[in-house]
Amino acid sequence: MKLLRQSLSSPYFTSLATLALLIVMFVLGSFAYTGFFSLQVVLNLLIDNAFLLVIAIGMTFVILSGGIDLSVGSVLALTTMISAYLLQSWHWPPLLVIACVLLIGSMFGALMGALIHFFKLQAFIVTLAGMFLARGLCYLISINSITIDQPLYVTLSQARIGIFGAFVSPSVVIAMLMLALAIYIAHYTRFGRAVYAIGGNEQSALLMGLAVGRTKVMVYAFSGFCAALAGVLFSFYMLSGYGLHAQGTELDAIAAVVIGGTLLTGGYGYVAGTLTGVLILGLIQTLIAFDGTLSSWWTKIVIGVLLFVFCMAQRLMSLGAAGSGSATPAATAA
Amino acid sequence: MLRNPLLRPLAALALLLLIDFFMIPGFFRLEWKDGHLYGSLIDIVNRAAPLILTALGMTLVIATRGIDISVGAVVAISGTVAAMLIGGTMQMHDGVPEYASRIPMVWAIAAAMGAAILCGVWNGFLVATLGLQPIIATLILMVGGRGLAQLLTDGQIVTVYYKPFFYIGSGYLFGLPFSLFIAIGVFAIVALMMRKTALGLFIQAVGINPVAARLAGIRTAALIFFVYMFCSACAGVAGLMISSNIKSADANNAGLLLELDAILAVTLGGTSLAGGKFSLVGSVIGALIIQALTYTIYSMGVPPEVNMVVKSIVVFAVCLSQSPEFRGLGSGLFSGAARSRSVNGKKP
Repeated sequence: MKLLRQSLSSPYFTSLATLALLIVMFVLGSFAYTGFFSLQVVLNLLIDNAFLLVIAIGMTFVILSGGIDLSVGSVLALTTMISAYLLQSWHWPPLLVIACVLLIGSMFGALMGALIHFFKLQAFIVTLAGMFLARGLCYLISINSITIDQPLYVTLSQARIGIFGAFVSPSVVIAMLMLALAIYIAHYTRFGRAVYAIGGNEQSALLMGLAVGRTKVMVYAFSGFCAALAGVLFSFYMLSGYGLHAQGTELDAIAAVVIGGTLLTGGYGYVAGTLTGVLILGLIQTLIAFDGTLSSWWTKIVIGVLLFVFCMAQRLMSLGAAGSGSATPAATAA
Repeated sequence: MLRNPLLRPLAALALLLLIDFFMIPGFFRLEWKDGHLYGSLIDIVNRAAPLILTALGMTLVIATRGIDISVGAVVAISGTVAAMLIGGTMQMHDGVPEYASRIPMVWAIAAAMGAAILCGVWNGFLVATLGLQPIIATLILMVGGRGLAQLLTDGQIVTVYYKPFFYIGSGYLFGLPFSLFIAIGVFAIVALMMRKTALGLFIQAVGINPVAARLAGIRTAALIFFVYMFCSACAGVAGLMISSNIKSADANNAGLLLELDAILAVTLGGTSLAGGKFSLVGSVIGALIIQALTYTIYSMGVPPEVNMVVKSIVVFAVCLSQSPEFRGLGSGLFSGAARSRSVNGKKP
């Protein structure tokens, strides 16, 4: 019983549970379906969800700081739209386009962060309005899908990087680099520690003399940057810009972060856990695709059930932590 | 009078109607045709009815410091259940079409409402009993609920061929849309509950400080449970209305983004998202503002895509106007201008 309580209150618990679930799901899939047990299936998970991983990384920081960002899916769509428009209609060089959209995404996030911090508005409602705004701006550019046939984009979308006989796309490499960078930022920089501290208790962070305002604005700017980068990856993947791209992705990202073991109240969790969360969402889809008889809406139901289970685990964990009287989660995590 | 919290939403609605008066010819014209009243205003009110209902439920949830983002999914579920149970077939008997429902409509509606209330029980259980964060607790149903509705219909649109069912969404009573009467009825019930019983006071107390409310002897958990159940029930009625209006249940699109519009309506109406203070009339006005705005944008020939941009700018403006920090900034900037204006105003 003591062991159970200790493991429940360990900061790694939900992340480990997610990892265990991931392995169990993969093993079950391997036994159930022929052709499931291969490296390419695993790598395909990454290829298909590279953009979601990048978005979820940004979302992890926002949620760690105690906020929420509902605009990411729309910012992704806006990025694909602006990229497609600049490439196809204005014929800008691709690298300039990418730099430009990344800047726009970061500015968009920073502006929302500024509204949230300086005017004490609720993150939920500000990013909700940001979601409407970004989606609406997509349709102002065009209501139709714009195909991208720029050579660099086409090359990147078709490029295959071989690993042990299987392959990944360049997007996966970018997403993995982003993940490594995010882990470094979260756990080894002053900014990362400030994010955890604010999520743990904003009032104490302020009294500690941390730059609360600057950090909060930067967190939303980072999330906007991640959403824009995900948009770039998504446009490599789809080779088009469209206002309806990635609808509901913000909820997938939140689900991935929660399943990855980050506490929604903030201050507690791991960026690496988000990778497992994204992989679980992807694996559910893969299992359903392999099964063939299940309809795709089962994905949503299973994600809903998983969300419930993980929320319950978080609840138990916080009760366990309170029961054993351990140090605050934020302190152990940071 | 100037301090009245309803003043701002009312002014916004009046401004919108004024713009319509100048920009859309015949906006205020009402026509009596075939025993029904026709006109732009009637149209707006009719279309706003589902939003008014969901906004009313959402107001109570937000007043307890919660949020319910699953209402769109509940709309899909209740519409789907009703449409599937009624189904209905059109048979030709000697050249006369006859409509038959699968099971009596009353039962179908009861089942749909039961499903909606069950959703509310689930939300209430998660929030009140387990103590999950409201946005996450309802996120579960938002993601899973729509999947459930899609599973029920197999992703297809279920068409209803049973005339009496259409009355809910597009029927007329005393020349006015029947959906309007439903909205008024629900509003009256809620208003009575809030004014004539202590429920309104309790909800405010929970919103202002849940711990203090519990210590003061209010059964906080039961109250929160009730509020989520009520919100889902409202969404259930809205779902019936929508599916009856479009004569089918579309699990993929029914009530999509409705939760956002409902939250927007509540905010526009002056209810603070921080809980504690709420205004039912304000939420109704908020819902009317949204519908009038949509109508205006459509009928002015502006491409409908602009709708979202305009909506978002309105939200930003309203949120900023509610922020004390922004008002402080504003009064600092404009106090000089306001003073000179009042001086000028006194001169003549």
